[in-house]
Amino acid sequence: MTKGEIISKVNSLLAEEFEVEESVITPEANIKKTLELDSLSLVDLVALIDGEFGIKTNGAEMSKVGTFSELYDFIESKIA
Amino acid sequence: MERRVVITGVGIYSCLGKNLYEVKQSLWDGKSGIIFDEVRKSMGFRSALTGHVDLPNLKGILSRNQRVYMPEQAQYAYMATAEALKIANLGQDYLDSHEVGLLYGNDSSAEPVVKSVDTMREKGDTTLIGSGGIFQSMNSAVTMNLSCIFKLKGINLTVSGACASGSHAIGLGSLLIKWGLQDIVVCGGAQEINPYSVCSFDGISAFSTRESEPTKASRPFDRDRDGLVPSGGGATVIIESLESAIKRGAPILAEVIGYGFSSNGDHISVPNVDGPRRSLEMAIREAGIRKEEIGYVNAHATSTHVGDQNEAKAIAAVFDDYKPEVTSTKSQTGHEMWMAGASEVIYSMIMMKNDFIAANINFENPDEDSAKLNIPGQRVSKHFDTFLSNSFGFGGTNSTLIVRDFKG
Repeated sequence: MTKGEIISKVNSLLAEEFEVEESVITPEANIKKTLELDSLSLVDLVALIDGEFGIKTNGAEMSKVGTFSELYDFIESKIA
Repeated sequence: MERRVVITGVGIYSCLGKNLYEVKQSLWDGKSGIIFDEVRKSMGFRSALTGHVDLPNLKGILSRNQRVYMPEQAQYAYMATAEALKIANLGQDYLDSHEVGLLYGNDSSAEPVVKSVDTMREKGDTTLIGSGGIFQSMNSAVTMNLSCIFKLKGINLTVSGACASGSHAIGLGSLLIKWGLQDIVVCGGAQEINPYSVCSFDGISAFSTRESEPTKASRPFDRDRDGLVPSGGGATVIIESLESAIKRGAPILAEVIGYGFSSNGDHISVPNVDGPRRSLEMAIREAGIRKEEIGYVNAHATSTHVGDQNEAKAIAAVFDDYKPEVTSTKSQTGHEMWMAGASEVIYSMIMMKNDFIAANINFENPDEDSAKLNIPGQRVSKHFDTFLSNSFGFGGTNSTLIVRDFKG
């Protein structure tokens, strides 16, 4: 999967699940603020990424990911 | 001095309609809300009969972070509560600045438990259950969601009394108001309707197997009844002290004048006559009225052989020579279980406000005990201003409410 495909998939997935316009998802935007995630919905982000990309991760690991750009990199590193 | 308890708002979301207007029409028409569900048959149910309720589409009404914690029955309860609050003229400003309570009947939340366990077994990772699983799974799922959504600040409690849950919720709420501990309590009952929630109930042969005639399967008091039909939805009854209602200028729809309760202290599933009889007598005693003032009895009767028989005996014993109309609206709705005690107060109020008694549909032939009651198989035009509503449940829990049209 190319980086571009990862970005496209992540953006549409998160926009749909967390009900935000895809246009607000930009590489440098903060994930928690943009998606209005609290400690509970962070669990859903983990489950979503796992379900879509088959990545084994956890809340602690995911909470270190601050921006969408970092999330794309994180996923790329895990599926590489 | 004890305070008077009035009803200032009602809301309903059931197999008879998604609001008061639709439900009134269904009651008038004697419409059945029962269907044959192919999915249940393929799952191995003895009976694939069920009440049918569409899930409301709450997207765009509630945020994702509000919806994710709501099991099916909380969604029904939300719809009913939104309607009731509107009728009661209770806006968010009022709820934010007063201690409005919440007592809602609910006694299961099976589907989220099953789905959570399925995910864990399949994926081997509890994180993948997601954040909604725990909140949706709890028995208090309805009250925890409604209290957060509507930002309620008074008592916040789920009442679990099997098929009398909704009735007990109203009764207990009325006591809190009577004693001056709360001014307003949002009461009600909710019932999930998915197959997981009733498969074990089906397994004890409690359900009607008249699958060839779904709308004729629920036939309380009829000689040829062969079991109940599960159903569900949400029903909200807002109760309030008379002083508070007057002060707010709220519409006063009716008054809760009596709450009776009892326990059979007997068998876990087989009801008796003595327990229900004591519940009825207590409600009449608490109401401080003569039994002849009761113009209509909404029976618990679920269409099971022994349950209907023993309730008929209890009603006959209490009312003796006086024969008010007795019907079970479960003939139309099926058994709304945790919700039934609240929904049946609403069905009865709709009838009381519109001068009719809905037909006990499918009542074609009485048996020895139901023959002693006045059970109309057709809709009756009648003005009445006081009704009694029975709700009984597994474990022998009984609840009886008496409601009177508000007379000032």
